[in-house]
Amino acid sequence: MEGPANIMTAVDSPEKILFVSTTQAFLQKEVPLSRVRELHAAGVSFDQTWWQRAAELGWTALLVPEELGGGSVSGDGVADLAMVAEQLGKTVAPGPLYPVSTVLAGLVDCAERHSHAAAIESLISGETVASWAVYEPGQGWAPHEPSVTFTETDSGYRIDGVKDRVEAGAESGLLLVVARGGEGVRQFLVPTNASGVQIEPQHSVDLVKQYARVHFDGVDVEHSAAVGSAAETTELIDRQSQVAQVLQCAEVIGILQTVFDFTIAWALDRHTFGRPLASYQALKHRFADMKMWLEACRATTAAAVAAVSARSSDAGLSASIAKSYVGEMSPEIVQGCVQMHGGIGVTWEHDLHVYLRRVALYRSMFGTPEEHNLRVYQSQEAGNPAPRSA
Amino acid sequence: MTEAELASTDVGSIDEFRARARAWLADNMPPIDPAHPPAAHRDEERCWQRARELQKRLYEGGFAGICFPREYGGLGLDYEYQRVFDEESFSYEMPLILNTPTFTICCATLLDTGSEEQKRQHIAAALRGDEVLVQLLSEPSGGSDLAGVITRAQRDGEHWVINGAKTWSTSAFAADYGLCLARTNWDVPKHDGLTMFLVPIKHPGITLRRITQLNGSTEFCEEFLDDVDVGADAVVGEVNDGWTVASRQLYHERRAVGGSSEFASGSGSEGGRTTPVNYVRLAEKIGQADNERVQQIAGRALVHRAVSDQLGDHIYRSVRDGTLPPAAGTLLRLFHAETVTLEMDAGLAITGTAGVVGAEGEGLETGLRYLSRQTVCIGGGTSELARNVIGERVLNFPREYAADRGVPFSQVRHGN
Repeated sequence: MEGPANIMTAVDSPEKILFVSTTQAFLQKEVPLSRVRELHAAGVSFDQTWWQRAAELGWTALLVPEELGGGSVSGDGVADLAMVAEQLGKTVAPGPLYPVSTVLAGLVDCAERHSHAAAIESLISGETVASWAVYEPGQGWAPHEPSVTFTETDSGYRIDGVKDRVEAGAESGLLLVVARGGEGVRQFLVPTNASGVQIEPQHSVDLVKQYARVHFDGVDVEHSAAVGSAAETTELIDRQSQVAQVLQCAEVIGILQTVFDFTIAWALDRHTFGRPLASYQALKHRFADMKMWLEACRATTAAAVAAVSARSSDAGLSASIAKSYVGEMSPEIVQGCVQMHGGIGVTWEHDLHVYLRRVALYRSMFGTPEEHNLRVYQSQEAGNPAPRSA
Repeated sequence: MTEAELASTDVGSIDEFRARARAWLADNMPPIDPAHPPAAHRDEERCWQRARELQKRLYEGGFAGICFPREYGGLGLDYEYQRVFDEESFSYEMPLILNTPTFTICCATLLDTGSEEQKRQHIAAALRGDEVLVQLLSEPSGGSDLAGVITRAQRDGEHWVINGAKTWSTSAFAADYGLCLARTNWDVPKHDGLTMFLVPIKHPGITLRRITQLNGSTEFCEEFLDDVDVGADAVVGEVNDGWTVASRQLYHERRAVGGSSEFASGSGSEGGRTTPVNYVRLAEKIGQADNERVQQIAGRALVHRAVSDQLGDHIYRSVRDGTLPPAAGTLLRLFHAETVTLEMDAGLAITGTAGVVGAEGEGLETGLRYLSRQTVCIGGGTSELARNVIGERVLNFPREYAADRGVPFSQVRHGN
């Protein structure tokens, strides 16, 4: 069943329509759910050569300006990327789309972006995978408060400390590491094969998303590894956070629409006591709530995508609102769909859990609803315009 | 040409419109602090007089009825222009209490279903600030089952004579006309024997009584209609096709309650009991500004409040481009009720004992407001009814069993 229009509702150009259909066809053919299950059985997160072919479709170029070898389809790279993320959600696809996109968002935004041209090129081609090393053991979502340190050396910087919950850490060639030093907080592009880097895999609830704890034990990098000056870093981290958050929300929209659609089909087909499930008022009311939450998730995600894309002054607030709301309601919707299925819904065989795993993972990553609720409150406390009345 | 006509012939680009609105508002409308809007109590006559005066100013300035057609006194412009005017007028006192039901429901429905003469007379009068319109729908014998009304209208030569009782009519005491749903044929199934009448509220046959709500508000009224005679020109739509008209009212009502009606002008708060809770100030007032638990509860309420607005835009666009059916307006109605519920609960949780013991202004107002929490889940059709509508008309699930379907109304059991 085809869901409602994609997140971007503007009239789409033929180029965009082609891009969407190519992306859709590629995902359906290459990584259907059966493939996701195979990868899981093999203990593999994603296939590197597959990722390179995905990159050839243009996914990794969308946030990158043309002068650095990138290019968007519609002129709005964030919206294009959100559309790709929504498509990924339909099959809970594997791959490092938002780790790579998050790192690219930082690289292309810093003043010295041309000094990172080689890294950018290799990320666009899919040859290299990168991830943002931002979380630290025992800490919640506090990207501006690292305890990993950097110290200046003759040839560059030395990084010490531990990061964790680094997506695709074991598959990445580069990590963008947030660290604290004399000048404040800065970020560094650290090759994972550098001496002193030790990667320890972490399990996740997802079938294929894999994470890593990364130890940096006196890791030396050159001056050119720094991404952005100390003065730029706050804004870069905010931008990267927003990109990660809206891409997660967009992917969740793809998941929710897919799960909701097949659960509706189930409720209309499945008969009990001689009537379809969908004819019972108690269940109809639950479906009505889920439909409402789903449309609200779409609405807030579209608003956040637009705000982040336009780099509007409330982009951070908008991303927090979306991440909180989608994080709170999406597991409710998917668990509600499990309930509508009854016993089959909690089996390994049924695909519901594959979707449930991803929304549970995304509920918490890059800020839980509770963490974002605090941010939204503090934004109002700081005198920013309140969200308009209900 | 009136000034209004001049304005609409020369409306220019959206930016020119914005500039003109900004200048006109500064010269003509009373400025307010939108964070502390003056309270427009819907149960006070003087507030209705004030609203009529402000509406007259808007009309004379050429900014009334931005999305109503020009032939009925409006400007005939796109919603975009109304939104711009809403943004510009946010810091000015606006006749907000005229929006619902007068403009967003009654005039919008007349526009869809009224006769040419009704549109020319009543929409224009409302836009001039000369008429307030209300709905006379619910009856004491039944709430959500609107099509089961038992108010009777009988033809008497050229006239109709109406007898019965209506209740929960918003601001009827301040109104000039009411859209009154009555049964004109008892020998057909319930939806097929209804007719909508435009009834003058000041008719000597109407006895009006205010209902006192648990929070002390007397905004709602009940009316007893005894031999209220109206002419054939009072019929809105066709005789025995009143359900079509009522359905348009319900449709417009859901959109209005959800905040996505292009016929509403001004987007601020009516003040008083409807002012959105300022959680930061509330937390400070009760000495809990640094309490992270309080901040999280408030933050969640703010998130849901913001999403409620975002959903309004999304539904408006989705209905317009056909990705959602018109009944999707009910999603907004339900979301609004759920959000207000969440906000009332948040307020009670944050204030703790200060919400239930103490003085108004020191937290007690939050507890008092909480007591009326369910009104938003009941008014305009209950939340349960909204869920039925979403299930059956948005998701196209099988309809509920109804004992009165296809049965002549005279044979249907109703009331208690």
